[in-house]
Amino acid sequence: MDIFIQQVFNGLTIGSVYSLVALGLTLVYGILHIPNFAHGALYMLGAYITLTMMLLWGIHYWIAMAVSVLVVGLLGVLMDRLVFHPLRNAPPIHDKIAAIGILLFLEAFAQLIWGADYRTMETPYGQVVNLFGMTATTQRVLINIGAVVVMILLYLFLKKTYAGSTIIAMAQNREGASLVGINTSRVAMLTFMLSGGLAAVAASLSAPINLVFPGMGHLVILKAFVIIILGGMGSVPGAILGGYILGFTESLGATYISNDYKDIIAFLMLVIILSIKPKGLFSREGF
Amino acid sequence: MVSLLKNRGWIIGFIAAGVLFPFVLPNAYFLHILTLAFIWMIAVYGLNLLAGYTGYLSLAHAGFFAVGAYGLGLLTVKTGMNYWLALILACLITSAVGLVVGLVALRTREHFFAIYTLCVGYIIYLIIDKWDSLTGGVRGLIGIPEPSNIGPISFQTPISQYYLIFAFLLFTILVMYRIVHSLTGRTFIAIRNSEDLARTLGISTMKNKLMVFVLSAFFAGLAGALYASFIRFIGPDIGYITIIFDLLTYLLVGGIGTLAGPIVGTFLIVALSQSLQFLQDYRMLIFGPLLTLLIIFYPRGIAGAYHDWRLKRKSAQRTRPQKEQEYFETEESEKQVKEG
Repeated sequence: MDIFIQQVFNGLTIGSVYSLVALGLTLVYGILHIPNFAHGALYMLGAYITLTMMLLWGIHYWIAMAVSVLVVGLLGVLMDRLVFHPLRNAPPIHDKIAAIGILLFLEAFAQLIWGADYRTMETPYGQVVNLFGMTATTQRVLINIGAVVVMILLYLFLKKTYAGSTIIAMAQNREGASLVGINTSRVAMLTFMLSGGLAAVAASLSAPINLVFPGMGHLVILKAFVIIILGGMGSVPGAILGGYILGFTESLGATYISNDYKDIIAFLMLVIILSIKPKGLFSREGF
Repeated sequence: MVSLLKNRGWIIGFIAAGVLFPFVLPNAYFLHILTLAFIWMIAVYGLNLLAGYTGYLSLAHAGFFAVGAYGLGLLTVKTGMNYWLALILACLITSAVGLVVGLVALRTREHFFAIYTLCVGYIIYLIIDKWDSLTGGVRGLIGIPEPSNIGPISFQTPISQYYLIFAFLLFTILVMYRIVHSLTGRTFIAIRNSEDLARTLGISTMKNKLMVFVLSAFFAGLAGALYASFIRFIGPDIGYITIIFDLLTYLLVGGIGTLAGPIVGTFLIVALSQSLQFLQDYRMLIFGPLLTLLIIFYPRGIAGAYHDWRLKRKSAQRTRPQKEQEYFETEESEKQVKEG
C-alpha cells in the first residue's frame, strides 16, 4: 500500500509537468492549428536558462525561473513572427517541417553553448519531508503546488481578462474573431508567449529532479503530443486531464509492469486511441 | 515529348556520371561517402513517394529503415541465411510492418498522421533498444556479412559494392519514374491535391494510400538492408528520430514531390556535411534554419525552383505565339507544374 501511495504521488508529480507542457502545445494548436514540434526545444531552453542564471550569477531559483519564462516566451514570439506568420497560408505540411527545422536548430544551438553533458540543477529545496506516511523532497511537493498555481492563473487569465478572451475567441473561430475586430496576429504572438512561458515553467520546475541536457525535450514533447490527442487537440481542460492520466499510467506501469518499457506505455496508448478513434478522443475544436 | 527527351538526357548523364566516377576519382573515401549517399537516396525516394506525391508526411520511416536493417542483420547473423534471400525477406518484412501500420495510420489525416507515425517510429526504436536478447540492445549487431557472390560476381571490394548499390538506386529510380508517370501516379497526386475530390471521382483513396505506404516502406527497408550489409554494424541509433529529420532535410532541399529532388538534395547535403566536418554535431545550426527558410521561400526545393525558373524563361522567350499554340503550351506547363 505504501508503494502504491508513493507511486500515486510520483504520478501526480510527473503528470503536473506533462500537463504544463501539453498546455502550451494545445494553446498554440487551438489558435494556429500547428503541431509545434519545436515546443520540446523551448522546454529544454527553459531549463538551461534557469540553470545558467543560477550558476553564473547566483540568482535565486524563483527569480531565475521568472527570467527564463520571459526569455523563452519572447523566443516563442520570435518564432511566430519569423516562421509561422509567413507560413500562415501555406499547406499544413509546411508548418510541420518548419517546426522540425527550428527544433533541430535550437538543439544544436544548446549543444554549442552548453555542451552535450548531462547536468544537475541544485535548488534550495532538497530537504526530505514526510507527508501522510510517504517521503518526498520539497522540490517534488513544489512541482505539484507550482503546477496547480500556474494552471489556476492560466484559467483566470483566459476566462477573466480581455486578452484571455481574445485567445478563446480566436480558437473558436478565426474569421469571426477577425470580424469583431480582434487583431489575430497579436493574439497569435500572445499565445506563443504564453506557450513558451509554460514550457519554461515546466522545465524549471522539473529540472531539479531530472537531468538537463540538449535532448531532454524529445520524450517530453512526444508525450505532450500523446496528451493533447488524448484530451482533444486545442482543449485546455483536456490537456490538464490528459497530463495527469499519462502521469499516473506511467508511474504505476513502471512499478507494476516493467520499468524498461515505461516509455512505450504512452505511445501504445496513443496508437490504440488513434486506431479506434482516428480524430482523437474528444475531437472538439476550440475550448 | 521534348521534355521526355530532356529527361532522358539528364538520366543518361546521371548514369554515366555514376558509372565513371570510380575511374575519374579513384579515392576510397569518396567512394565510401558516395555509396552511403546512394543508400540514403533510396530511402528518400521511398519517403518522397509518400510525402511528396501523396501528401502524407510520415515520420516513421527511420523506423522502417531500422526494421529493414535489423531484418537483414538478424536473418544473416542469427540464422545464417543466404544473403540474397535475407535481403528479399528483410524487404518483405518491412513491407508487412508497413502494411499493418498503414492500415491504422492512414485512417488519420494531416497532423494526426504525422504525430501517429512519429510515435510508431519511436516505438520501433524503443523496441530495438530494449529487446536485448534479440537485437543486442545498445551494443548493436556486429558481423553482418557482405553480399554473397552471384555466380562469378563477388562483392568483396568497395568498388563492386558501389556498383551494386548504384544498380539498386537505378532500379529505385526506374520504379519511381514508372509509377509517377502512370495512372497510379496521377491518382496519388490527385489524392495529394484533394482527397475528397479524388474520392468523388471514384478513386478508392484508402487502397491507393495503402499501396503507396507499403511501397514507400519497402524502399525504406531496402535502403536499411543495404546499409546493414555495407556498414556491417548496426545499432538502435539508425531508428532514432534524427534519421528521419536527416531524410526530410535531403528531400526538402532537393525538392519534395519531384523526381530529381532526392538525388540533388542528398548529394548536396552529404557533400556539404563532409566539407563542414569540423562542425560535426553542430551542422544542424546550419541545416535547421536552412530547412525552415527553404520551406518558407522555396517549398519545392532546388529541383522545384529550377523547374519554375525554366518554365518562366520558356514563357518569356516565346515571342508573339499563335493563340492556339500558347493555349496548349500553357496547359502543358501547368501539367508539368502539377506533376513535378
